Amino acid sequence: MRVSRRNFVKGAAVGAAGVAAAFPQMYIKDHGQAWGAKPWITKDGNVKVGLLWSLTGNLSVVENDSTQVSLFAIDKLNAEGGIAGKQIEPVVVDAKSDIKVYSEKMTQLILRDRVATVHGSYTSASRRAVMPIIMKWNHLYYYPTCYEGRECMQNIINTGPLANQHSYDLVPYMVKEFGPKVYLVGSNYIWPKESNKNVKVWLERAGGEVVGEDYVPLGGSEFSPVFNKIRQQKPDWIMSTVVGDSDIALHRQFLQEGFKSDKMPIAALTTGEIETAAMGHEAGAGHFLSAPYFQDLKNPTNEWFVDAYLSSKYGGGGVTHYNMEETYLGILIWKKGVERALEEAGGDWEAITPRMIRDVSGNWNGQGPVGLTDEESPEGKVWIDPDNFNIWLKPKIGQCGSNGQFTIVKEAPEHVGPDPFAIYPDRGVCKADGLHKPDGTIQKDVL
Amino acid sequence: MSVHDFWTPFALEPFINALIIGLSLASIWLVAALGLTIIYGTMGVINMAHGEFIMLGAYITWILQYFLGFPWLLCLPISFVVVGFIGWLVERGLIRHLYERPLDTLLATWGVSLVFIQSIRLIFGGEPQYIDTPEWLKSVIEIGFVYIPSIRIFIFGLALGLVGLTWLLLYKSNFGVQVRAVMQNREMAASFGINSSKVYGLTFAYGAGLAGISGAMFSGLKTIFPDMGLGYVVEAFLVVVTGGGELFGSLATAGIMGEMFSIFSYFTNDTFARFVLFVLIVIFLRFRPQGIFTPSMARR
Repeated sequence: MRVSRRNFVKGAAVGAAGVAAAFPQMYIKDHGQAWGAKPWITKDGNVKVGLLWSLTGNLSVVENDSTQVSLFAIDKLNAEGGIAGKQIEPVVVDAKSDIKVYSEKMTQLILRDRVATVHGSYTSASRRAVMPIIMKWNHLYYYPTCYEGRECMQNIINTGPLANQHSYDLVPYMVKEFGPKVYLVGSNYIWPKESNKNVKVWLERAGGEVVGEDYVPLGGSEFSPVFNKIRQQKPDWIMSTVVGDSDIALHRQFLQEGFKSDKMPIAALTTGEIETAAMGHEAGAGHFLSAPYFQDLKNPTNEWFVDAYLSSKYGGGGVTHYNMEETYLGILIWKKGVERALEEAGGDWEAITPRMIRDVSGNWNGQGPVGLTDEESPEGKVWIDPDNFNIWLKPKIGQCGSNGQFTIVKEAPEHVGPDPFAIYPDRGVCKADGLHKPDGTIQKDVL
Repeated sequence: MSVHDFWTPFALEPFINALIIGLSLASIWLVAALGLTIIYGTMGVINMAHGEFIMLGAYITWILQYFLGFPWLLCLPISFVVVGFIGWLVERGLIRHLYERPLDTLLATWGVSLVFIQSIRLIFGGEPQYIDTPEWLKSVIEIGFVYIPSIRIFIFGLALGLVGLTWLLLYKSNFGVQVRAVMQNREMAASFGINSSKVYGLTFAYGAGLAGISGAMFSGLKTIFPDMGLGYVVEAFLVVVTGGGELFGSLATAGIMGEMFSIFSYFTNDTFARFVLFVLIVIFLRFRPQGIFTPSMARR
């Protein structure tokens, strides 16, 4: 049989009706909502938000904390009266540290749970897996983790540092304090490699040079061949983009190889408070980390945040590290976006779309982009870039002390702007409506 | 990328250091593979839970140190005994029903490994844990231009000790004669009055115990977390399969693999060295699937 377009449409419609009749629960919410009515508002009048993190599997080490701090932020907002009188209702799903499950759960959150927005992901791999689904439904995603950039999508807001912000301050600082020669060590996947491309650009400007570069497999824990070459090349400092459990082995073996952190320190982008606790304070002491947030930051907002979080029912993990804080910012910034969207929609909740929340988070009605003040954000004032919807922040450099906590040795004097195409100027400039290419065309949804 | 970025030129001093690192890598792989050599090589059980026995050894060390304050060195023998006992329970409860179906042991032990990983995760959480080692194992020994971390010398020595002990047990003791007899022909051995069921149980327990002590040793050098076993089991299987399942085959393979990896990784980089090593092993096994040393006697 030849399948004509009309036949196909007819057949598909009959099929869909059949499926709908057979499985009505697929389309009609259990608490009696008809399909299509009142999106993202429950019968009780709460606004629904999706939290997509892994509660089991190897990513759960970090992502369980992300879920806890999101729930903490939502509790805080609800206690303060919610958003325009509506309480926020989190829909927590478990992505099981599996890329396929991230995609499935994302579809479920959008189509079945009908959440207004989804917050989630700790890795570039899972972000890149869910974004096609988000874009297909013109939905909205908040991604709180540092990432490599080189993306320009219209359905995402990022609250973590981009590669161009992350090492921007760190590299000149290390070159000035310790010397020009650097050895790059990283885990073998996309983020360390893209991140190191940025490092090389900053290094060239600061007058430094790369004396060696090595990548070990994710989860690898054998660094003696790398340290042998480091001993041969005699760098002044080591730039590490080694992540997770490998990072702990790197620092421990640094110590066992007889290196000293005051002679040749490791400057890292991800070695936070969780890692320094697991590697032992002796192995962590003296090394450097660049991040927008440290648990030990001295300001009233952060002191409140650390106390309130650790004493709440969510604070069992015992630390507040940079990724948790960025997740917390994401929820707060989302709330401000929803408030604006509500104003834009004339107070009609049903008229709000996820995309509208994003669009009004930029420069809306001449009010400038949404942001958080020093009183709201533990890391200090931040705001969303109205063009590429990443975050403006002040990178900070911390040095790990003998207690596993970081002391701030340098804070950027000015906020540093996000630039996803910092090292790819030929690709164009990311604006709110897409990537403006050098030839004048606009490319949407650059993933 | 220029050639120079990829290729480190030869220099004598770091090259000699690389050879020594090769020995250290070999000793780590050998220790990880030793228990598997007994369980897979001798008993023919495809033990996918081997990495998790290593993980349990590391966690027992952590429990003893964190909750009871035991010194690290004392944790090593205790890990051997405790993981050996767990291995014995697994053999009694599960493996002994599967000796007639060796392929099913693969699935069953894989299931056991998942149970171990998730139990540890449920009890202690997924985050990495910290184990302290004695001060004298944190330093580096410096002889001229040669640098060797003392913990690597310690692991090297202990690896040789364990190989020696295993050799004595298998080839010089009464128990070893019984083990080898049962492995060759179970019914025949039983008819000579050997309690074959008991021999199987104890052999499996010994192999698990070796994994346990290796986990305890690695805890001083590497990261302890519930999924850590995966990082060792691949190399362990490569060593055992390439070595033909024989004790001295494993010894030789671990030595060759360690040196090759270290030399490749000195001249190129870690990723490429791994690639070359695995390709060479595949080619080798294509032409010599029975491994370096062929077992001289008939197997079951």
